[in-house]
This record gives sequence, C-alpha cells and structure tokens, in this order.
Amino acid sequence: MTQLALVIDLNVCVGCHACVTNCKQWNTSGAAGSLTDCNPYEAEPNGTFFNRVQTFEVGSFPNTETVHFPKSCLHCEDPACVPVCPTGASYKRKEDGIVLVDYDKCIGCKYCSWACPYGVREFDEQRKVMTKCTLCVDRIYDQSLPEERRKPSCVLACPPGARLFGDVHDPESEVSVAIRERGGYVLMPEANTKPANHYLPRRKTALKIRDEELYRSDNPHKIDGAPFDKDLPPTNEELN
Amino acid sequence: MHPALSVIFLTTLIGAGQGLFIALFFCELLAPTATTPGFLAGGSALVLLLCGAGLIASFFHLGHPERAWRAATMWRTSWLSREVIALPAFMAAAFAYGVAHWSGAGHTLLIGVVGVLLALTLFICTAMIYAAIKVLKEWAHPLTPVNFILLGSASGMTLAAAYAGFAAPELTTALAQAAVVLTSLALLTRGAALVRNARLSPASTLQTAIGIRHPRIVQKAQGAMGGSYNTREFFHGKSANFVRTIVPVFLVLTFFVPLALVFSLPLLAFLAQYGGLMAERWYFFAEARHPQNLYYQGKS
Amino acid sequence: MSSPIHDPISPPSPDAKTETKTTTCYMCACRCGIKVHLRDGEVRYIEGNPDHPLNKGVICAKGGSGIMKQYSPARLTKPLRRKPGTERGANEFEEISWDETFDILEKRLSHLRATDPKKFALFTGRDQMQALTGLFARQFGTPNYAAHGGFCSVNMAAGMIYTIGGSFWEFGGPDLERAKVFYMIGTAEDHHSNPLKSAIGEFKRNGGRFVAINPVRSGYAAIADEWIPIKPGTDGALILAIIREIIALGLYDRDFLARYTNSGQLVNQDEASKEFGMFVRNPEGDKINPLRPHNFYWWDRLSNKPVDDHTKGADPCLYGTFTLPDGTTAKPAFQLLKERVADCTPEWAEGITGISADTIKRIAHEMGVTARDQKIELPIPWTDWWGEEHETVTGNPVAFHAMRGLAAHSNGFQTIRSLAILMSLLGTIDRPGGFRHKAPYPRAIPPNARPSKGPEAVQPNTPLGGAPLGWPETPDDLFVDANGQPVRLDKGFSWEHPLSAHGLMHNAITNAWRGDPYPIDTLLLFMANMAWNSSMNTSQVRDMLTDKNADGGYKIPFIVVCDAFQSETTAFADLILPDTTYLERHDCMSMLDRPISEYDGPVDSVRIPVLPPTGECKPFQEVLVELASRLKLPAFTSAEGGRKFKNYPDFVVNYETAPGSGIGFLTGWRGKDGEKAMRGEPNPKQWEMYEKNGCFFQYHLPPSSQYMRNWNKDYMEWAQQAGMRRDNDPIIIHIYSELLQGFRLAAEGKRPGKQPPDELRERIATYFDPLPFWYAPLEDDQSDLKKYPLNALTQRPMAMYHSWDSQNAWLRQIHTYNYLNVNTATALAAGIADESWMWVESQWGKVRCLCRHSEAVEPGTVWTWNAIGKASGAWNLTGDANESKQGFLLNHLISEELRANADGKRFSNSDPITGQAAWYDVRVRIYPAEAGEPEHSYPQFATMEPTPGMETRKMGWQAWFAGNKKKGGAQ
Repeated sequence: MTQLALVIDLNVCVGCHACVTNCKQWNTSGAAGSLTDCNPYEAEPNGTFFNRVQTFEVGSFPNTETVHFPKSCLHCEDPACVPVCPTGASYKRKEDGIVLVDYDKCIGCKYCSWACPYGVREFDEQRKVMTKCTLCVDRIYDQSLPEERRKPSCVLACPPGARLFGDVHDPESEVSVAIRERGGYVLMPEANTKPANHYLPRRKTALKIRDEELYRSDNPHKIDGAPFDKDLPPTNEELN
Repeated sequence: MHPALSVIFLTTLIGAGQGLFIALFFCELLAPTATTPGFLAGGSALVLLLCGAGLIASFFHLGHPERAWRAATMWRTSWLSREVIALPAFMAAAFAYGVAHWSGAGHTLLIGVVGVLLALTLFICTAMIYAAIKVLKEWAHPLTPVNFILLGSASGMTLAAAYAGFAAPELTTALAQAAVVLTSLALLTRGAALVRNARLSPASTLQTAIGIRHPRIVQKAQGAMGGSYNTREFFHGKSANFVRTIVPVFLVLTFFVPLALVFSLPLLAFLAQYGGLMAERWYFFAEARHPQNLYYQGKS
Repeated sequence: MSSPIHDPISPPSPDAKTETKTTTCYMCACRCGIKVHLRDGEVRYIEGNPDHPLNKGVICAKGGSGIMKQYSPARLTKPLRRKPGTERGANEFEEISWDETFDILEKRLSHLRATDPKKFALFTGRDQMQALTGLFARQFGTPNYAAHGGFCSVNMAAGMIYTIGGSFWEFGGPDLERAKVFYMIGTAEDHHSNPLKSAIGEFKRNGGRFVAINPVRSGYAAIADEWIPIKPGTDGALILAIIREIIALGLYDRDFLARYTNSGQLVNQDEASKEFGMFVRNPEGDKINPLRPHNFYWWDRLSNKPVDDHTKGADPCLYGTFTLPDGTTAKPAFQLLKERVADCTPEWAEGITGISADTIKRIAHEMGVTARDQKIELPIPWTDWWGEEHETVTGNPVAFHAMRGLAAHSNGFQTIRSLAILMSLLGTIDRPGGFRHKAPYPRAIPPNARPSKGPEAVQPNTPLGGAPLGWPETPDDLFVDANGQPVRLDKGFSWEHPLSAHGLMHNAITNAWRGDPYPIDTLLLFMANMAWNSSMNTSQVRDMLTDKNADGGYKIPFIVVCDAFQSETTAFADLILPDTTYLERHDCMSMLDRPISEYDGPVDSVRIPVLPPTGECKPFQEVLVELASRLKLPAFTSAEGGRKFKNYPDFVVNYETAPGSGIGFLTGWRGKDGEKAMRGEPNPKQWEMYEKNGCFFQYHLPPSSQYMRNWNKDYMEWAQQAGMRRDNDPIIIHIYSELLQGFRLAAEGKRPGKQPPDELRERIATYFDPLPFWYAPLEDDQSDLKKYPLNALTQRPMAMYHSWDSQNAWLRQIHTYNYLNVNTATALAAGIADESWMWVESQWGKVRCLCRHSEAVEPGTVWTWNAIGKASGAWNLTGDANESKQGFLLNHLISEELRANADGKRFSNSDPITGQAAWYDVRVRIYPAEAGEPEHSYPQFATMEPTPGMETRKMGWQAWFAGNKKKGGAQ
C-alpha cells in the first residue's frame, strides 16, 4: 500500500518561503483552487495557504539556533480529521494515502480542523470550505509532465532541496531511506495520528583540530623561517 | 478554541429542549393526574421551538448550509453526523408526543420513552462531538457527556418548572425540586470538570510540536503576520482576566441563582440559568487549549 | 464512503487554451530561468526551468509570486505629468500620451545636450541593463550616470577585484561542490541566491562544515553548524587576526603565494625615494604588457640574489630585507604583510570583535589545516602563463562567501581586501573547493575600463570622452578638474572617493540639491526608490526633492521617474514613465554587464515577453532607444543621420561595441547563421535562437580552462580572443597593493600627476594603505558611543530580497510589517518589553517601532528587515496598511553624509576609498515608548492616493484563478 508523503529536512531549510508561495500559485489556479486572499491590499492581509514556514529560536544567546519550520498537512496514516467529518468530504485516498477534502461535499463545519492537532487545515473564507495540502495530487499523476517534474510544487521549488517526496511505505524510496538514515521523526507522536510526513533534524558537522595536527614536516617555516618572535611554533630544529 | 455563538446557541437551546422533554415525560409518568394533554402538547411545542431555534443557529456555523443534508451520511464514524440524525429524530419524537397528547391519539408513554431515549442519545451525540476530539484533553473525558446531560436536563427542568408555573402550577414544586437535584448534580460534575481541567497538563508541548528537545524554544514567526484561520478559530481572543472572570459568572448564574430562585421565581431562574449556560459554554470552548496553538505563539 | 464528487486531479478548465513560454525571472537580482504557463492568456504558474544552468528548476518565494506582481493594482499604466499648478510631491498627475512624453523629454534633453550635458543625470536602481543605460549616458555625454551599486556592495566588487581580479557577486563564488569547510561572513543572501541556497543544501548534505560569522543568526546562518556572533564593522580585525595565526603557524599555501601572488615581489623600502612602497622594477626585465608592466624582482632564495619574477628555477624569499645592487632597500610583499599583522593578535581582535581569542585561533586552524591536509587534485592537465605544464589542478577546499555585511561599512574595502588576502593565503583562488571566477572574470587588476579623466570629457553634443564609470588604476585616472575637484555630480572618482567604481547614487540628490559640485537640471530615475528605502536620511531627502530656490524654481528642476509601480518616489516626479513588468519585455543579462555565468564558462540570458504590455506600459529600454534615436546619439544613428535601430530587440541584435568588433550584448548564436559563440557578426535570428534554447546561452570551457584562470594560458588566450579581456597578461594577486600606494604617494606629494586638494591629503594617505588594515567605522569617531552604544543593521528577508514587493498580495502576507529585533538582555536592560513600542534613536533621527526580543542577535546590535515599512498609501496599499502603521524604515536613522569637519565640509557617509554607502555604521540607543504615545510607527507621512491609470485595488478579498473560467468567486 502506497503512502505518499513529504520529508522535510530542517538541516538545510533556510526559511526562504519558496515552498509557501509556489504552493499557493500552483493550487490557486489548480483543481484545489482558488485560494482566497483577504484584505490583499489593506491592513491585516491574510489568506488561504496550504503551507507555511515558521521560525523558532531555540536556546539562549550565544547558543541559539534559528530553526525554520515548514508546516503543511502531514497526511497522517490515522488521520483524526477524516472520521469526524459528517459528510465524508474529508477522506484519505486508498491508492496513495493522500488526505483530501472533497470541496463539493464539504459543508464548512470546520470540525475536521478541530480534530487535527497540527493546525494544518485552513478554512477558505470565501469558498466557505475547508482546504488543505493536496500533495499536488493534480500534478503528481499528470502524464503530460516529464516524470521528474511530477512532484508537489513545493518540492520542485525548494532551492536547498529541503523537501523530499515519495512513498514512505516503500523501504527503498528516497524518503524512507532519509527517514531511516537521517533520524526522521514525526510531529506530536503523542497525538497517535501516525503522520506520514517526517522531519529530518539538524545535524552538526564539527571539526576538531588537535594541536599536534597544526605542524607538518612540510611547514613553510622551514623555508621562510618563523615569522613572529613571540608565540613561535616549534623551530625548524624542533620540527625536524 | 474560539467560542462560536452559533454553536453556543445550538448546544444550550437544544440541551434545554431535551431537558424539558425529559421533564414532561416524567411529569406524565409520575403525575399522570396532574398533567393535562394541553400542558404536555404545549410543552412539546416549546421543546420544538427550542430545538428549532438551535437548529437554525447551527446553520450559521456552516459554510454551506445548503449541503447540510450531507452531514447525515457519515454516522458510522462521525458523532457530528450522528447528532445531525439524532436531532431531527428527537424533534420528530417530540412532535409526535405533542400531537399524540393534543389529538388524544394515545401511545403517549411509548412515544415518550422513545423521545427520552432519543433525547439522551442526542445529548451523547452532541457531547461526544467534543469528547471525541482526543487532542483536546479538556473535552476528551466522560465528564463531558455527563455534563451535557446534566446541564441540559437541569436547564430543561428549570424551564419545566417555569412553564408549569403558568400551565400546571401544582407540578411546579416537584419540578423545582427535580431542577434543584439536577442543578446540584450538574454543579458537582461541572465543578469536577473545572477542577480536572485546571490540573491538566498538555500532552503536547512546543518540543513535541516541532520535534526539538530544548527547554527554551520561542516562536519568532508563524509565516503570516496578518493572521490566519489558525489564529482565528483556535483562540478565544480575550484576555486571561476575562476568561477567569467568566467562571464565577457562569457558576453563579447557572447554579446558584437558579437554586435560590427556582421555587419562587422559576422563570427568572431559568433565564439566569440559560444565560449562565451560554457563559458556561463560552468557557467550555475558551478553556480548551488546542495543541495547534503551539504553532501560533508569536510573529515577526 | 461514497466516491468523491470533486475531482481532485483533472485540470479545472480542461478546454482552456494553455501555452508555456520560457523567459528569465526578475523578481530579484538572481535571474533564474523560468517557464511561464499561461491559461487563456493569463499567468497560471511560473516554475523554475529545469534545464536552466542557474537555478536548475528551483525557484524562490518571490519567483513563485510573480503572478501577484504582474497583476498588482500598484502598476502604473499610463505616462503621467505632474498636474499643472500642483506642487511636486503632492502626487497629483494627469495622463499624457507617449508622443507628448517623448516631445517633452526630447526638447528638454536636446537642449541640455547642446548646452551642458552634465545637467542631465541618469541614476538607476536594481536594473539589469547597465550595458544599455551606461551606453545611453555615455552617448548623451553626461558623466552623471550610475546604478545602485554604490549603496549596494561596491566594496565587495572593488575590494576583491583590486586584489584577485574577481569578486563574489555575479562575478564569482564559493565552490561548495568541492569545499569541505565554508565560512560565510556577514549577511550575504542576495545575488545568486537560489544557486547559493541549492549549493549550501548540497554542501550540508555532503557533511560539509558551515560556519556563519554574523551579528545576527538569520538567513543562511540559521543552518550553519556554528554561529560566531561578531560586532558589526569589526570583521576586518577578525580576518587580520586569522591571517596572523595562519602565518604564525605556517598554514599558508607557500607554493601558491610564491607563484600566483605578488608575495615574493620586492617592494622599495627606501623612505626617501619617490618610489617608496612601489615594486622595484627591472628596466631590462620582460614587461609582458607595456600598459601594465610586469618587470618585477624576486629575491631568489636558492641563488640568494635578485632575479626577474617567475624566473625558471627560482623561488622567491617571502621574508627578509634585501639590498639591491643599486643600493635600494627592498622587502618582499609578504614580509610587509607579516609586519602589518604582527600586532593583530587574536587577543587584540577579541577586544574589537567580541569573539574570544580561542575561537579565532580555532577557526584559523580549521581553515589552515583543512586547506593543507585535504588538498584536492583533479586529473586535469593545464599550462600556466609562464609555460609550465601542470599535471593536475589542485585545490584547497576552504570556501568563503560575503557580501554587504562586510561591504556596507566605511571600512569595508580594506576588510574585503583582507578577506581576499586570507583566501589567497589559503591558496583557494579559482581552484576547486575554494573561490571560483565566473566570466567575464577574472579581469585585470583593475579591469581596463577607466572613468573619464577630466572636465574636457564633457562637451556639448558629444559623447562622453570616456566611460562614466570604470576602475581607476592611478591617480591620473580620477575624474577631476585641474583643481582636483569632482566632475561627477556624485563626486565619484574624485579624491574624496577615488575608487568609486559604481558611483555614489546615495549622494546624487543631496549634491544636486545643494548645488555641490554644481546644480543639475533633469534627474531621470529608473527603478530606484530614492524617496524611500533607497536613500539614507529619507525624510530630508524627500524635502530636498521639493525644495525651491529663491526664484521659486525647484532646486532639482525636473525629475523623471520610470518604474512599473507606483512608489514613494513617483510622487516626486514631474514626469512618470510606466515601465513594463519582466513578463512583458525584452531584456538581456549581457556579458557586457552582469551575465549569469557559471564557474565552468560564460552564460548569458534574455527575457522575451510572455505577455503583451499592460495599458500603455513601455519597457524602459524602448524609451531609451527611442530617446537616443530622437536625440541622434551617434551609436543610435545611421551614417546617413537616420534612426539606426527599429527597437530594442533590433538594437540588441545589431549593436556592436565597435564597428565590426563582433561583440554585442549577447554572446550566443552570433555570426550570420548563428554558428559562432562569444564573438561574430550580428545574427538576425539571434532572439529566436535564444528563445528556442530556453532563453539562455551557455558556453562550456574545456576542463583545462576552468581553473586557475588568472594564470591559465589556454584560458587567457581564449578570453582575449572572445573579447572578455583586452590583454592576456597574468593576473597576479595583489597581496600588497601597489595601486593603493600610488594614491598614497600622490597624497604625500611624492608622485607627479594629479594632486589631491591639500585638505584631502591626509585622508588619502591614511586609507590608501597598500596593506590591509582595520579601522573603526568613520561614524564611530563622530558618535558619542556612550550615548549611542548599539549598532543598528538592516537586511532583507529572503522572501523580499532585491524585490520591494509590498504591492504583492502574497509576499506581503509573509512580511506585513517589521519589528526591531533586540537581544533579550539588552531590551530588558532598557526596560523594553517584548512586542511593545519603543524608540530607536541615532544622532541623525529617531524612529518609533515595535520591539521583538531575540536570542539570535549579539547584545550590542539591533536589527530589522529593511524596506518592509512603507509610506502610507504607497504601492497602492490602503493608508492604514500595516506596512505604514507598524512597519518602519531604519533609513531615517542613517545619514548620507558625515558631520561637517572643521572647514564645514561634509563628506559622504561612505567608504573613503570606494564611496560605498556606510549604512551599516550607524550607532543608536533604544528606550521604551511612553504610555499614551500613539501606537503606530514614527515618522508617518501623508497618505498617497492612487494616480490615474492605476487599477482600483480589490478591497476585502480576491482569489486568483488564471483563465477565463473563474472559479471560487474570483472577482
């Protein structure tokens, strides 16, 4: 059974919001559109987006991490939003595990968004239906696109390649390997919704230079002589 | 959560209606001589009025009320769907009960039993809409249906006492006594919920929400500065002080005023209790801390 | 569950007419290839072009929001004239026709050209057509032309180009594909941002180590493996200390320094000599290039005697003091560098930078040991300029990147020169894993374009006698009159800012207003928001634009603004020219300007319209070609005196830099049938061929020509032949800058030729130090640092970088207003609560804004996102939009000039070498707003109203859905 999902690599996400607006532009004119913008040129502009990038500061100066955190529907394997829907508008596709809203069935009761712990559903204030990430289901199967472009718009856009897309049930898929080998984790595991989307944590590359590595027998001081009288490195004799 | 007026009206109005129906049924059952068909038929009309008003209020909550019929389709999984079925079913029973009394068609007790069962079912369906949301720990507890049943029944019973004051005065005292019992019970269970919720610690934290283990995490941006659905639907938007003040207000209005007045001024007691329940329901939503709010703590 | 009713997969308008066209993005300076998908003639989707060498299919937040730019209600669609009888700045306009517009301009400009061409000034903002705008200005005959580089990052360009012959920017960058460690110093997210993001992502995935040295942990620094907070303006001290540590430990790449830099060249140390500080030259030696003689001496350590540099078999001493046969005392350049940094200990730098000496040593060791021990050898044989054949290309995998974080300080030039020297010490220039050039770089140090040399270059009805901008090599290249006074309005290439390669746009308005050096008549601004975020001292600059002489005439008599959008600046225009968007125009990213070259070869690209112009919008290029034709500027006029080019596309195809040169704006598909690259006769089908290839042309150099291009024989011959360089002499890295010393000698009166005015001699002598040094930013000397203890910085958020898109309905939802970010402890000490109103004040002005506590900024710095704050009503936002009520502009706190000196003279607040605007130097203090103060930002300006021709903004809501079949209630 296929379960499509995104894997988001916080190790390389620079918080550029490329995924945010490219999601918006694809979907507003796509099968899931249009996506309303309220007060587009007034105070408090706000609108329907399927994907947002948030920013958190972790720790205290100077040991601070600035973490950019893209957030969209996690396409849970046990989605809390689906069974609560009174009309069946909220559903999970059997063939690929994508959680969708049937905009023609949705009565706009918002109940699904209450059940979702993650706050990834957005009610469209003009269409009066619940909306959410579709994993660009109207792109990823489009045979008229070259195969490598049959991916969600956010994934295609992401400049640092922080968004991977694939079948998390296929152990050999890029996403499964990334989850397995790079510490992929799910959000709020205590909610027991089994999110299909995973996040990859920050990883640190450190470089430890030991004192004895500073000097090598080909040190140019042997040719040039040591430069400063104070804090001299080992003399030529010592190096020899 | 953001307390939506439509849902506050819906749950409080139909709750009172269901409670009133239960009161009518027990009047007929326990004091058949004191109840007149007119009293019961009129009471049923009142039940229908309350439920109808609640139903109308509920439509204001929907983005697409014209598709509301679809909400009956997913009763296998959705408590909301079940409520959508149970509410008209109960109203139909109330209607039949009233008509049976008014027309003298008989079988009223049988219809009444069905109606009471439907009223209880509806209480459970309504309450389970909230109690079934596992991530809202304030709601996901047996006290939620217990409170819906007791609060609805209490307000219905107080209303019955008030109604009896006009239509069947000899029942007033008994109904008021019943209202006191139910209101007192509801005070205990609602109080228990308050105490429980005050002691709740959230299952989710910012640490689990973003998957980073560090005691100090502060949100700097939520990706939108002009607000979003997430900042509107899941926050009550009032100050902590306001929220704190609501508790004594609803406790006094829902419980203590009716207890004091139900014998002497039952109509006033009901109006106070109903007002109190609106405040109680507002607080019921406001106190529910949705885990999604962890993602909406700051902007820049 | 029943099956879905709503089909989630099928296209929503199956019958719509769809087409896809390629062009080049212009939402910022990055210039990614894009594919624009149209549905019924409306933009449905803009995706990164996967075949494009620059972005390889990715696209950023701005690029993905092009739709909201295209259809923004802030667009100007009609030529407008200030309504007669109204005051400038009142923002009252009336529509006029293009014919009238051209008549007005032709009349005014032909008069100026016939009388005093320098009274016409053309300054452009983020334009990507400086090849054309520069040509227009030069042909017109005015010296008063520049783009926004002077306040952008000219220090970066100049500091590195004067040292290694190339620079970050579009001209070169870090080779993150092969680097092992990467140091990003200061904010540097702009320019080439998508390729850099992609490269950093790949670098980190491959386990590279990324260190960010920055007062603020934002931008790419967020994902750095280590963040080293530093006090603003002190990077030079850090770099010098690292250089010292590298030298102290012998971690420099000696082979590289000896052969490819001037480290071993002997410098005259005879203080009495007029040649003091200049390289000793051997009159008998091989000059290689008589225009730039290379006849230097080494002191050969093997034979222990002086020899011509690069003598076969010789190896120069890097240290020591030598006496030449004629008795001259001389030292190798590297000895002088060593002496210079002797006192720049890590402990010294700690006191300046706030970075511990241990950390400084640690990163110096990381750099040095990685460079030394992780050497890359690519099996690519190549031949160096001196004919030595190398079996492999070697590289030291230590990469750097920096941009305006270093540049926008008054000490930026010397800081960036220090960085280039550090990179050279590590042996990383145009080598794998280090810094790589991009064509047309490397170029000579300095590149051969020289500014005009004196007032005689400006003559009526005559093209300028030289370029308006260029790279001075000696004091004689300065653009000054006989008294040493500036010829340019912005005082570029004068003794005040001799190496101002990009001009000083930030002083143009102030100087024109003051009439110093002279008043002008007509100021043409293109895509530059000079009445807002593109000016320092914004409030006063706005006043200058409306200020009048005693006779009632405006001090700047005529202002023309060309832009696609209404902005704070259009209000101050006398004439507004509505430009098109990038989707409606022809354009080229020309090799003559700033192409989009890759490390392995030249790349240029074009824009081809995917949509017709909106309203009466006309691309600025067409305006220039039309004006140039009407004014009969020689390059635009046929031999018979008629119009030479039909339009801009025709110009691009047929223009050659010199008759028959075969060099034009585009390098691809030249030659009659498009069979030639780089150089060849005009090809009438050139545009079609670009279009067919996705709007770019890429030339792949053979691997043997991809590295070491400062000294790569094959490459240099090719580059000369391709017209990218005049000469093919080697580009030796200037560890020691004889060029700077030349200016110092002039200041000391030791050099014949142009002489600085006496009052500037000390300034020149101080800053034109041939060796890198650190000095405190100039404003520090003029600031009460006790009163104003903090540094204040601005930077652009990635979703807005180089893209002032508050008119964009999607982007403005991400950044609707801005906070001042203050270290939590600093804010609390000042009594300022998180998210409360506060004041930030400099000696120049004050701003009320919202405070945000942050742990990601060093305690001595406050910062905000730049240009999110807007003037009320500008960009067709409503008057109460958050941008104007909560947003603010830090520019109000920054002066474009320093305080007057004892003589009453006010220097530009700029780097004394390059004229780079020092907008990162400002010092501020902070304090809470008082209770009862208005809860909006200060200052506020009168609300701008829309001008005629602007579409009514949609109020309440809108929902974009491309195509005729509107869904979702789109308005």
